[in-house]
Amino acid sequence: MTPAETPLIRTAMPARPGAPSADADNAPEPAAHLAARGFGLRYGTHAALTDISFEIPEHRVTAIIGPSGCGKSTLLRAFNRMNDLIPNVATSGELRVGSLDVNTPSTDVVSLRRRVGMVFQRPNPFPQSVFDNVAFGLRLLGLRQRAALAERVEASLRRAALWEEVKDRLDRSALQLSGGQQQRLCIARCLAVDPEVLLMDEPASALDPTSTARVEELVLELKGRYTIVVVTHNMQQAARISDRTAFLMQGRLVEVGDTRRMFTNPKEKLTEDYITGRFG
Amino acid sequence: MSRGRPDVVLPAGVHWRRRVANRVAIGGCVLATALVVLPLGLLVLRLLESGLHGLSLGFFLHMPKPVGEPGGGMANAIVGTLIVVGIGAAIAVPVGVAAGVYLAEYGREWLSGVVRYTADVLAGAPSIVVGVAVFGLLVMPMGHFSALAGGVALAVIMLPTVVRATEEVVRLVPASYRQAALALGAPGWVATLRVVLPAARAGVTTAALLAVARASGETAPLLFTALGNRFWSVHLDQPIATLPVMIYDYARAPYSDWNSQAWTGALTLLVLVTVLSALMRLATRNIR
Amino acid sequence: MTAGAPTRDATMVTVRERTPDTRRRWSADDAFALALRLASLAVLAAVLLLIWQTWLGSRPAIQAYGLRFLTGTAWDPVAEKFGALPYVVGTLVTSGIALLLAVPFGIGAAVFLSEIAPPRTGAVIAFLIELLASIPSIVYGLWGVFVLAPFLRTLVEPWLIKHLGFLPLFQGFPFGLGILPAGLVLAIMVVPTVTSVTREILRALPDSLRGAALALGATRAEAIGVTLDAARPGILGAVILALGRALGETMAVTMLIGNTNHLSWSLLGPGATMASVIANEFTEAVGKLHLAALFEVALVLFLVTLVVNAAARLIVLAATGGRRDVAGAA
Repeated sequence: MTPAETPLIRTAMPARPGAPSADADNAPEPAAHLAARGFGLRYGTHAALTDISFEIPEHRVTAIIGPSGCGKSTLLRAFNRMNDLIPNVATSGELRVGSLDVNTPSTDVVSLRRRVGMVFQRPNPFPQSVFDNVAFGLRLLGLRQRAALAERVEASLRRAALWEEVKDRLDRSALQLSGGQQQRLCIARCLAVDPEVLLMDEPASALDPTSTARVEELVLELKGRYTIVVVTHNMQQAARISDRTAFLMQGRLVEVGDTRRMFTNPKEKLTEDYITGRFG
Repeated sequence: MSRGRPDVVLPAGVHWRRRVANRVAIGGCVLATALVVLPLGLLVLRLLESGLHGLSLGFFLHMPKPVGEPGGGMANAIVGTLIVVGIGAAIAVPVGVAAGVYLAEYGREWLSGVVRYTADVLAGAPSIVVGVAVFGLLVMPMGHFSALAGGVALAVIMLPTVVRATEEVVRLVPASYRQAALALGAPGWVATLRVVLPAARAGVTTAALLAVARASGETAPLLFTALGNRFWSVHLDQPIATLPVMIYDYARAPYSDWNSQAWTGALTLLVLVTVLSALMRLATRNIR
Repeated sequence: MTAGAPTRDATMVTVRERTPDTRRRWSADDAFALALRLASLAVLAAVLLLIWQTWLGSRPAIQAYGLRFLTGTAWDPVAEKFGALPYVVGTLVTSGIALLLAVPFGIGAAVFLSEIAPPRTGAVIAFLIELLASIPSIVYGLWGVFVLAPFLRTLVEPWLIKHLGFLPLFQGFPFGLGILPAGLVLAIMVVPTVTSVTREILRALPDSLRGAALALGATRAEAIGVTLDAARPGILGAVILALGRALGETMAVTMLIGNTNHLSWSLLGPGATMASVIANEFTEAVGKLHLAALFEVALVLFLVTLVVNAAARLIVLAATGGRRDVAGAA
């Protein structure tokens, strides 16, 4: 199938600020920030991920796509050890954040999770005020003075493009915000503790189209400072916002590469079938 | 390191105080749980230690004997408990099941809201207040204590439990059962009586048995209704001995022989009440 | 007076039918519904009975003493002076001690069961705690008198007097029986309530709450702190519910509290509660006024528990989002 025969994908590639440009292929490859080497994960006897090997470059957006149940969320959650919450989980192989192997017994999960932030599919602000939500991580780290907290809270809310909307209601409950606002609040909450990586598990799937667009804009703005990994079932979204894409199926990595290239000229037939909507 | 922010530098790593606090908090919860469960073990062990040796056929068949005479039992109290609890159940179970069915089937009327709230109020009433009220209602006009009054007091105590549990269980019966019966031409009351209620039978029976078990252990409401009786009596209009009250009397007595019998009685009561409740709960867990 | 039957022609098959009347006829369904409603009214009747009988019985005392009944401290059946303050205070103090002990331990156990323990272990321990709730009060009383009281008298109370005796709370002699033992056994009896309701409330919280806290780099204890904070209104309800239970508890308290109407600061000394004075004196009441005074004590006790339980149920219902099955665990 030639690129001309894939109208679906063409229309999903409008020019947006920060979007990968035509010479993305010629720019120098940024250093790998996250990496998987032969990584596997089992729930009891069921193998959720098998032999995953790829790299996630720094300060770029990498999308993980694939049909339901292919393990994309599991892979994402492996990077900050959130799969530990599920009983009977066993991992094999290597998974790295920077130079740290995430799965060794000596890994400090608590500080890992601060370096690697996570945004969930459904916005999950705490039933506390907006201020307290963003300040939560800061207070854990020992920051107590109101002035310093307020400064960082404002900076995080600004960076999450939410400040203007909540600056007059910082002490009101976060649950009163709309879905899209709550999700941006969760992003601000993550940003407050200065992570290096942002893991986003279908961050806009529970939101309306307008909020989705805002979140996508936000991702593009943030990528200059953070390494972002987005799991999405929406291929157009992956095409819009990501620089690299990894395609998973049934726990295995089928293909990974530059987003533009993958969507216009996929190497694997399976990838092509998925992208053109033949299944999944 | 702070990604372009020139202000406060956040500490890297996890402060040791947080780790210590984490360990202490989790350890504290484990300790708390152990301390909460500990009395159960202590109690059961002491009951077995002090009460088991007195447990003989004679205990169940013999009448209480005067102090110093060996071989006394609590036969009258055990029978008395069965009678008084029986009266209570005979009143509370039919009425309670009927009320529970009403709440489940007609749950949207204003009356049902009132009844539900009242059942909750009744559930929270201290059992001694129930005893006082039934004293005023029955004992004073009759002029004497009676097994009947004791039964009525226990019925009042059992009622809210039966009502609530029946409502819950009947609600769980799928609406399709009732609709199928109605579609076959059965009138509403037949559908309820012949289809819905039998479907809920297991749950209702369990609930009734739980209420009965709990009522068997009650002492306070019997103190001024059934009172107690050192002699054999199965007359409903006479005071009657019951196990909890006899345990109470024997426990306070200055005779070690009687104290020992109190332990045996308490062991019997524990088996009757707690073991029965435990079995009922286990049974419902499997059903759910 | 029947409505006119619809006209038929010969082609219509006559089937025995229920004619739709303009006036409702009494059917078996209606009779059945009536029977059910009457049964429900029995529940109302029971509560009305409680209120009416206790009020009726206390009228002589209410007329004689008015509000002084609640403020007076003299309780002399022979001289016919009745002041119930010592009993009200005793009830509040023993319940207070019970809550002070039961709430932290109960919440700690609930946290363990819902956040820390592996599921099967948690279920077993939760079951054991439910068993504690079903042990009859008289059994607790017996154990309290013969096991707990001597233990307190020989080991705990001397220690308290020695180390904390500068406080008026812990002055006096180690009796073994008294306010402290009564409060202690009450705590043991009331802990299962706190634990089971708190556990249900914690379980009702969404997992995403814990997930969000942990993903931000919180330790397990810090994440538990977030869930407890979110569960606060419901836990308050659980505590008030436990208070309601403690207030009405009779047998174990009566056997352990020492039974005197003398008010003192010391927790080691004897006291009495509203329930215990009724249990002790009712059958031996000296004269009509004495009996009426005891009736009045019962009335006061009933009203207090009524208010407390109503408040508790409202709070628990609101906190569990109106799910009665959870609230019913209380």
